[in-house]
Amino acid sequence: MFGTYLRRELVNRRRQTLIVAIGMALAIALVLVVNSVAGGVKAAQAVALQSVYGVGTDITVTKATTAADTNGGGQRFQFGSGSGNATGGTRTFTRNRLTVERGVTTFASTAVSTVAKTSGVKAATGVLSLNDTDFTGQIPQAGSGSGSRGGFTPGATRPTGGPDGQGGSAFGVDSFTVLGYDVTGAAIGPLTAATLTSGRALTAADSGKDVAVLDSDYATSAKKKVGGTISVGGTTFTVVGVVKSTSATGASGSNVYIPLATAQKLATQTGKVSSVYVEAASANDIGGVKTALQKTLGSAMTVNTEADLASSVTGSLGTASSLANSLGLWLSILVLAAAFLLAVLFTVSGVTRRTREFGTLKAIGWSNRRIVGQVAGESIVQGVLGGVIGLAVGLVAILVVNIVHPTLTAGTATVGRTLAGGFGGGAPGAAPGGFGEGGGFGRAAAAATTTAAQIALTLPVTAWVVLLAVGLAVLGGVIAGAFGGWRAARLRPAEALRSVA
Amino acid sequence: MYTLTDVSKTYRQGARTVEALSDVHLSIADGEFIAVQGQTGGGKSTLLQLLGALDKPSRGTVLLGDEDLGRLGSTELGDVRARRIGFVFQSFNLIPTLTAQENVETALAPLGVPATTRRERARAALESVGLGDRTGHLPSELSGGQQQRVAIARALVKEPDVLLADEPTGALDEDTRGEIIGLLEGVWRDRGLTLIVVTHDSWVAHRAERRVHLKQGRITGKAATRV
Repeated sequence: MFGTYLRRELVNRRRQTLIVAIGMALAIALVLVVNSVAGGVKAAQAVALQSVYGVGTDITVTKATTAADTNGGGQRFQFGSGSGNATGGTRTFTRNRLTVERGVTTFASTAVSTVAKTSGVKAATGVLSLNDTDFTGQIPQAGSGSGSRGGFTPGATRPTGGPDGQGGSAFGVDSFTVLGYDVTGAAIGPLTAATLTSGRALTAADSGKDVAVLDSDYATSAKKKVGGTISVGGTTFTVVGVVKSTSATGASGSNVYIPLATAQKLATQTGKVSSVYVEAASANDIGGVKTALQKTLGSAMTVNTEADLASSVTGSLGTASSLANSLGLWLSILVLAAAFLLAVLFTVSGVTRRTREFGTLKAIGWSNRRIVGQVAGESIVQGVLGGVIGLAVGLVAILVVNIVHPTLTAGTATVGRTLAGGFGGGAPGAAPGGFGEGGGFGRAAAAATTTAAQIALTLPVTAWVVLLAVGLAVLGGVIAGAFGGWRAARLRPAEALRSVA
Repeated sequence: MYTLTDVSKTYRQGARTVEALSDVHLSIADGEFIAVQGQTGGGKSTLLQLLGALDKPSRGTVLLGDEDLGRLGSTELGDVRARRIGFVFQSFNLIPTLTAQENVETALAPLGVPATTRRERARAALESVGLGDRTGHLPSELSGGQQQRVAIARALVKEPDVLLADEPTGALDEDTRGEIIGLLEGVWRDRGLTLIVVTHDSWVAHRAERRVHLKQGRITGKAATRV
């Protein structure tokens, strides 16, 4: 009887059934798509972060930078009056510096073992992020007639010397990132997101040695090969291997990888690291491990989970993330609430319209439970119907997105960077030159701020999301049914019949 | 069958208290056919609701056999209605979305009758009121008289002890009125159940064994008996 009555009601009141089901379907489809987009964006952010922190890194520990930790602003290269080599009227200067990356503060590597001993931590490894900068400059040698300060005076002797032979100057800066990491077999870290394309990886036997592994993109641009050499901090390193990032972004965590002990020694940072990469024992307890680490290490240290680091991802991926997490979430809640309200209103008004019907059923002996069950059953079926339609619509929308594969740009502030450029200039009045020729500092600096990567957005459909959609649809039906059933149960048969007598 | 002792029923209408029935004493024997007559607002429907276990008296007792309906909870009252009382309404009160057969089956649903038996009994009940060929029709596809026959079949299918009819011919034309009253009389005679009909119609009332008049909530004069 229950099934027959339910079916007849839904079919004969198909307009109401359709309105409630479509309202619910829209809400469910939206929830499904927003959840899926959020999942896709999260996965894309993880991909973007993987290139920096490697596969498996759940948490990073760094030291918060204070004013005392800063290196006094940007790079400075100072030269005395007799510095450099003078040849043919040109004085050439070169300087190399290997420093801790700007904005990064080092701390004692004992923190690594402290972290490793913390409950819930599966693995921990320390790294030291460095920046190698080579400065080259050419200026006219003193006394070669570079002209008077402030401009060229007509009739004066034309300036000579300098790289252009006309009293001009040229400066070049070449910079690359260097990462010192634990070569004793750490299971996590940046190189877990890279594969060897030639040569070999660094091993425990390389600890303290002047050997390096290069990122393939950097190796190509710097024309370096396995067996060749590279100067890091003024020391010549043998290139033993070249790696390529396996992350979808293709970006690598650093340009040059060297043993941690070597990096510490070269940068005069013995016993120091700049980050600790942490893998939690359980993916479900990352928040708990973060809390434990923060408590153990104190407030001077910054403990970030992947979710915290996701905020560092910029570009359209960042925009998509904030859209999915803010606008999408609130829109879903709003539409869901509207759909639930619609279902409740239609159910309650349906019960009011059917007062005579329910009064009659009570008169012939139907219990309140049976009537409430009937009303709730109708609402739940309407909700489930909406859920199924919404699920289908949502899945089609997700499928369309996955076929289109929209590409998002992701910028990560700490992704490896190469800085190469310089500025040059001719002497006043000399032919063409001026700042910017050959690439100015401004352009080089901009390139260094972020590395943009293209990531194709793929929307995942998990069983959890499907269950959520179906669950919400049933919940909507239950809520509407509860209100409608409550209203029907309150009807007193005598009054219900009197109202139509 | 029924014993009503000093029964009163009052309602609250805002700040006002309305006494729908006052000090009603009435006994109805098993198998009796009674017509309840009276003016509009005289308490006929209220009396029918008390007899039908749809409401409880404000004062006094309503006994259906040994069961004091005023002392039963709503679940027990529902059970009494399901097992012992059949209702026939002026407006038929059929479920518009269910077929004639399904409407009749609704009376068996609370009794837990298995689906197959339920269908068989519903079909037999419809055949007994002459609608064996209309089982699959919706109420909207039936005439007023046919709808009332379905309602009578619904009331009878559970084989009740008492059949309560509230203006059963009020919405019917004269010819159909005769058919329906004839049907009710036939059922009463054949099944030996108690038939209580509330009616304005003197022609209908005169078919009853006994007539009860209600005026302003009180039974007036002596109950007339058909000779």
